[in-house]
Amino acid sequence: MVIEERKTYRVIGTRPIRHDGIDKVTGRAQYGADIRLSGMLHARTLRSPHAHALIKSIDASKALALPGVKAVVTGADFPEVADSIEDMGEAEGSLRDLSANVMARDKALYRGHAVAAVAATSVHVALEALALIEVDYEVLPAVLDVRDAMRSDAPLLHERKTASIAGESEKPSNVAKHDQFAWGDLEDGFGQAEVVVEREFTTEMVHQGYIEPHASTATWNSDGQITIWTSTQGAFTIRSQASGILAQPISRVKVIPTEIGGGFGGKTLVYMEPVAAILARKSGRPVKMQMDRTEVFEGTGPTSGSYIRIKAGATKDGKLTAVQSYLAYEAGAYPGSPVTAGAMTHVAPYDIPNCLIDAYDVVVNKPKVAAYRAPGAPAAAFAMEQVIDELAEKVGSDPLQFRLLNSSKEGTRGPGGRPFKAIGHEQCLRAAFESEHYKSPLEGPTRGRGVASGFWFNAGMRSSVTVSINPDGTVNLIEGSTDIGGTRTSLAMQLAETLGITAEDVKPTVVDTDSVGYNDVTGGSRVTFASGMAVYEAGMDMRRQLIARAAELMGAEAEELEYRDGAVVHKTDESKRYSFKQLCERIFERGATVVATGSVVGRGVGGAFATHVVDVEVDPETGKVDILRYTATQDVGTAIHPAYVEGQIQGGVVQGIGWALNEEYYYNEPGQMLNASFLDYRMPTSLDVPMIDAVIVEVPNPGHPYGVRGVGEVPIVPPLAAIANAVYRATGVRQQKLPMSPRRILETTFGLE
Amino acid sequence: MKVHVETTINSEPVELLAEPRQSLLEVLRDELGLTGAKEGCNNGNCGACNVILDGRLVNSCCVLAVEVSGKQVVTIEGVAEGETLHPLQQKFLEEAALQCGICTPGFIVAAKALLDREPEADEARVRYWLAGNLCRCTGYDKIVRAVLGAGAEMRNRASNTSNRGRTNGY
Amino acid sequence: MRAVTYLAPRSIEEAVSVLAEHGTMASVLAGGTDVIIQAREGRKLVDVFVDVKNIAETRALAWEEGGLLIGAAVPCAEIYEDSEIASRYPALIDSAALIGGIQIQSRASLGGNLCNASPAGDSIPTLIVLGAIAVIAGASGRRELPVEDFCVAPGRNALQPGEMLVALRLPAPRTNSGAAFERFIPRNEMDIAVCNCAASVVLSADGQRFESGRLAVGAVAPTPLLVADASAALEGQSVSDQTTKAAADRVAAAARPITDMRGSIAQRKHLAAVLATRVINKAVERARGRRA
Repeated sequence: MVIEERKTYRVIGTRPIRHDGIDKVTGRAQYGADIRLSGMLHARTLRSPHAHALIKSIDASKALALPGVKAVVTGADFPEVADSIEDMGEAEGSLRDLSANVMARDKALYRGHAVAAVAATSVHVALEALALIEVDYEVLPAVLDVRDAMRSDAPLLHERKTASIAGESEKPSNVAKHDQFAWGDLEDGFGQAEVVVEREFTTEMVHQGYIEPHASTATWNSDGQITIWTSTQGAFTIRSQASGILAQPISRVKVIPTEIGGGFGGKTLVYMEPVAAILARKSGRPVKMQMDRTEVFEGTGPTSGSYIRIKAGATKDGKLTAVQSYLAYEAGAYPGSPVTAGAMTHVAPYDIPNCLIDAYDVVVNKPKVAAYRAPGAPAAAFAMEQVIDELAEKVGSDPLQFRLLNSSKEGTRGPGGRPFKAIGHEQCLRAAFESEHYKSPLEGPTRGRGVASGFWFNAGMRSSVTVSINPDGTVNLIEGSTDIGGTRTSLAMQLAETLGITAEDVKPTVVDTDSVGYNDVTGGSRVTFASGMAVYEAGMDMRRQLIARAAELMGAEAEELEYRDGAVVHKTDESKRYSFKQLCERIFERGATVVATGSVVGRGVGGAFATHVVDVEVDPETGKVDILRYTATQDVGTAIHPAYVEGQIQGGVVQGIGWALNEEYYYNEPGQMLNASFLDYRMPTSLDVPMIDAVIVEVPNPGHPYGVRGVGEVPIVPPLAAIANAVYRATGVRQQKLPMSPRRILETTFGLE
Repeated sequence: MKVHVETTINSEPVELLAEPRQSLLEVLRDELGLTGAKEGCNNGNCGACNVILDGRLVNSCCVLAVEVSGKQVVTIEGVAEGETLHPLQQKFLEEAALQCGICTPGFIVAAKALLDREPEADEARVRYWLAGNLCRCTGYDKIVRAVLGAGAEMRNRASNTSNRGRTNGY
Repeated sequence: MRAVTYLAPRSIEEAVSVLAEHGTMASVLAGGTDVIIQAREGRKLVDVFVDVKNIAETRALAWEEGGLLIGAAVPCAEIYEDSEIASRYPALIDSAALIGGIQIQSRASLGGNLCNASPAGDSIPTLIVLGAIAVIAGASGRRELPVEDFCVAPGRNALQPGEMLVALRLPAPRTNSGAAFERFIPRNEMDIAVCNCAASVVLSADGQRFESGRLAVGAVAPTPLLVADASAALEGQSVSDQTTKAAADRVAAAARPITDMRGSIAQRKHLAAVLATRVINKAVERARGRRA
């Protein structure tokens, strides 16, 4: 369902078959693990069995003696790198930390931390060799929970001091950073409040759960040229991280992105790429490295567990007067949790006159976190949207109407302080309120309906594309944005719209870092938005060039011509015209060609809102929560390819359902994740969810030529809270901890010890 | 050490040498270059490596390559007939039932095993049958619709064929 | 996985002789859905896989004297696709149809599920309440063992080195009898049971009284348990919520679970009672249905 009026487009808003579709339904598409090079070795990683330990020595002599073993690397093979700030795709971090995360040096900081790797003639030999490597550890006490890690007597991961607005702390601490956001007068705000709710919430680490484990292949030629094939969200980001860690000039590193089997933010950091490169250099052969599923859970970046406390006040009429939030997020072993994003997003849906937010980034002995779809926002929304729900209940208001009364709109203070431009939160709330779902009765003793909203910024960043014409009137679109969910097509459609041709006449190709201008990661919901702008710019460049060519052919002045409906037309004599196809033919006949480029730093980011409605049923005997019905409204600006927009919404919702109900990193006391498999890390199956009704709201983004907003991330923001609110309505008990597993529901609601 | 295996893959006779510890998945991918079956978990919990073995859906990571001697294996590479896509493949494209595409071969092979037996399978049956296949991108909505659509298409074709058959016969 | 040898004997005698030769480093391979993964992940050391699927006896489904003989390597799918088995042993279908996904059911066998001896094995409580007998072959011949005595510890069964499970023998269902199995998992498929439970009952001719009953519960002790005193709580009692509750409470009392990532002690004991109640009710319903 698409609501809201909008401009008429010829291609945008249609549902063409994706360009890479046939390769993906026939098994031909080449993903990370599908790379095969001549003479290639297979490598595997040895990982720390301890959550926190000094590495006293590593003896790989027995492994090296095993027939078939060609090279071993340890931390000693890595160059020491400066503590510079590095692009981590969707965040920034220290290059030294990143290098140490790729291969531990003197200390293993989490179970699963890489300590060595072996390249051998077969996977089985490499695995046998790993068992022969002797590592002498001195086990240290580990700290796993964010609040424990903040205590002054907690074991320290690093001897570092807290960075905060007030400067550095005096004593080393696991608190890496303290951020604060404040506006208005908090005391005054709570003074005006007639209803106040204060609650605390905890969430556990969860993983993106992409189905493709990480896989990277590298060659290191004798001339110093390094080539890396890898499954990544950002080939250029991997290039810069790898060149930094390997201390090699960036021009020596070429990254060839393979097809990617899901990322959700988790494939923005290097893991095995530099390791494979060093193994390739040492062995003189191509080296392919893969992780198994357990390694993916234990050795790559999930998103933070958190502790959040929120106090919010409102008048009896339901106007919010003040919010105070405290958020502490687990960064994993190195600083860099998304707590700041959580701090900024959870209040963004509402006009809050007085606010104080404290945000803490805390290291713990767990894997270094990576981005995960709207990083930081879902946990904070889980807390905030339940507090909002409770306030609505206390003032006797419908939860959607309460949100509507307080909703952010154009002009409201946005995150970071600047006012919002045109945004669609109110429209999402209304679409939810008017949905057939919300109007339908819900009966049954343990059934409940919950709602929640969410916000995500969206990112701009850099995108570059090249467009060239073919003699048959088609165009090649060369891009550098990894296509995770159909962006070849959403970009091709924007180019087709600009040039007045069909989506099928555009041939999009994602290429390596030597073959196109710079592109930042596929993340931050940015590709259809920012790469779309680059495509638009290239399309307009192409139009100008085609007008110039047509002018030559017609013997007219360029100013007399215009580009309209896929043709160059004489403004005063319409009989003089060249269709795009004719023009391409003529240009090639004359021995010429046309190439256009677009390169942007995406500005005019729109910001995306979503409001979700969910019905649940709770089994009072087992504590199991069933999702009966789900409707997700979302302002997408303009839906370029509505089917893939719906797909993003549906996928985000189901990831959110998993996070809400069952997913968590379950640790034992020494710091081992006990459920590091798809058997026990319980992601939803097809049998666990209903159809997800995606309601597309279109409030065009004034900052984009086609009104595009980022789509991919915000759908995971509301589900945790929407489901918690529904469970509350079904049971009368607020859920302050995730996941809302059957055990937790029995314990919180039905008196289980 | 290696064992000689004679088998049939996608209707073609295939001879290979396999180490007994190699899974069917490993051999398909690493020895035969049939990389359409994917490794998602390597322990039978995601379905990305699904193949059809003697008419039954299996996880190729849970089968030793040496076990398929004398058997029939169908992989994703054998689902289309030449360049003609199977109705499932066509519906997956039309319904946008894939995003990253890594789970797609496994889903299509699983759904084929279902529709070959039960082209009339309804939503509940489809969801039950596909519960051994994980997808993290789509939320399953469009996958289920694509499978239901392909079932309808296959039923249509079957009834058209049989109608034609009758017409021709009389 | 470490290097292994693969053998595919054609007879029980041949299989038993190679098993005897290789001792504990030999593993029987039927569906392989447990042992291949265990060997790959280093949880089981295997030098020799003895594939028993080429032996006719392990693949047989045969009716004998009204009872059923299930070859140890018959995959779950073949069992639940058999309409006669479905009508005579619906509880067996309850189990066979929810072990893993379809892909697993194509290969995994009830014999394998039993030999794996997981406390949470989803066919074991059902086999116990149905009175199944394990038919075991060894170098010195055959022996039979009630299924409730087959599992001895988590992952350990009563087979001696050199022995193998050949088949499971189910007695004919009695008149006015019914059985059912349920498990609880957090998702709707693909999980290891937090708790599972099976019941079989024999009712009086009028369907109002329990003549006898058997209850077995899993994932609450080192092995699946036959709860004898729960059976006693049913015997001779009228069919009522009260009787069911008394039996279910005894099932919960017999449970001595642990807390792990799949569930807590309290949760499992609670679920044991909930599931026992559900399976008794369903078994009664089936028994009454069978009477008609």
